[in-house]
Amino acid sequence: MNFYALFAQLLELVIALLLAPLLTGWVNQCRAWFQNRSAPPLLQTYFTLHKLFHKDALLAHNASSLFRAAPYIIFSCMALASAIVPTLSTDLIFSPAADAIALVGLFALARIFIALAGMDVGTAFGSLGARREMLIGFLAEPALLMVIFTTSLISQSTSLSTIVETLAHREFVIYPSLAFAGVAFTMVSLAENARVPVDNPTTHLELTMLHEAMILEYSSRHLALIEWAACLKLFAYSCLGIALFFPFGIPEAADPASLAVAGAILVFKLLIGGFLLALIETINAKMRIFRAPEFLGTAFLLAVLAMLVHLLLEVGP
Amino acid sequence: MSPTLNLAVPFSSQLINLFAAIMLLLGFAMLAQRRIITLINLFTLQGAVLSLSTLVVALTTHQTHLLWSAGLTFTLKVALLPWILHRLIRKLSVKWDVETLINIPTTMLVGIGLVVIAFNVAQPISQLSGTITRATLGIALACVLLAFLMMITRSKAVPQVIGFLAMENGLFFAATSATYGMPMVVELGIALDVLVGMVILGVFFFQIREQFDSLDIRQMERIKEE
Repeated sequence: MNFYALFAQLLELVIALLLAPLLTGWVNQCRAWFQNRSAPPLLQTYFTLHKLFHKDALLAHNASSLFRAAPYIIFSCMALASAIVPTLSTDLIFSPAADAIALVGLFALARIFIALAGMDVGTAFGSLGARREMLIGFLAEPALLMVIFTTSLISQSTSLSTIVETLAHREFVIYPSLAFAGVAFTMVSLAENARVPVDNPTTHLELTMLHEAMILEYSSRHLALIEWAACLKLFAYSCLGIALFFPFGIPEAADPASLAVAGAILVFKLLIGGFLLALIETINAKMRIFRAPEFLGTAFLLAVLAMLVHLLLEVGP
Repeated sequence: MSPTLNLAVPFSSQLINLFAAIMLLLGFAMLAQRRIITLINLFTLQGAVLSLSTLVVALTTHQTHLLWSAGLTFTLKVALLPWILHRLIRKLSVKWDVETLINIPTTMLVGIGLVVIAFNVAQPISQLSGTITRATLGIALACVLLAFLMMITRSKAVPQVIGFLAMENGLFFAATSATYGMPMVVELGIALDVLVGMVILGVFFFQIREQFDSLDIRQMERIKEE
């Protein structure tokens, strides 16, 4: 048993759980600034979670046990996902399991359960939201896989730790294919995290909802877990983006000092990432739902192009 | 695990490859774009990337005439032509309408097919070339084909002209990547041709609109002698 790896792993999990609501708060704050509104406090997400955890849970009469179990499953999927993306160190206990395809599978598992829970109570909006979520999901998933395959072609492995090691610690090489993959990844993560061009997370109009429509029936601690899981998903996607495209600063050496430096660098990158996300959300308008397949189709094509460009330019004669 | 694939490639060549990839990305963005203003901005950006990559080739291979052509590209494609285009659409007041003959996802799929063909066709040719930029020949060819596709699928006159100009971008890039650019005289000639062509097409736009009350060139298929 490697104690350093265990320590790094636990630290990463704790940091993910704590930083994820903060990241969401930061994005909301930036968005408010851009839109000339007075910003909510940075810790607003914590306050909301705290409030929700202290309320009494209400369940619909015809809710099955799946409805009650789903928030816990979704939350643990997302917590595990943020734990296996290497952010602080590439030497983690879960490193052998941190396969990119497994990560996509984790996201898919969470999506299945949230969709089932949305349909479980049998309200119209729940089913509508679930169907829309699956539409987005089945288009976003292949695009995400193609992006990951491009980075795997570069590093010859689907293990996230190996990918990060290859990109961050070898001699610096510009990979043009990563430019394409980066654009595709941004599009996919916007769609997967229910962000503005595809879905508006702050909407109150049920007919336009995607993600929110599925969780309308939830209250109290169940809702809190789902909200927290959504924050974790955003955090996991941000960290995945950082790991695949800007892994510089994730240390190789196994000592606690480098962990602290890596933490500082991670926070800095997340601040910039959140700022850019808020910028994208502000300058774009929400698309009609039927534009979403075109949006995600474009993401898929860009990811395919990334692979083609890699084969043409980077596998030299 | 095998080592990284292209450690032997020098940094300038990597930079050129990156620019080539961005050119292709912009080509696709233009293909998918619905608004004319954004289309012109993308074209400007492509011109800027093209002149940057020419500059890098010039600096690494010490070819002075490429420096000139980088400057020429910059003045023409980043400053002059976008300015003319912006003025034209302001005068014609066509800011929003880009109509495509086949829908955009299908166009993108065809575009991917074209890229695959271009890469395959360019492979044996680039083996013969000895320049540091030879790998980008496939991308240059793909840019030309994509711009050509854009000309075919757009029904309005202004996007077609932008497609034409983008095709010239691709050709220029192909010339740089295959043989370090054409002789200066040829380049000057092409630049002048493009400029004059642009002016003439600008006059054409007004004529077309005067005759048909629209810039949709499908109207021109119905011209008959009375």
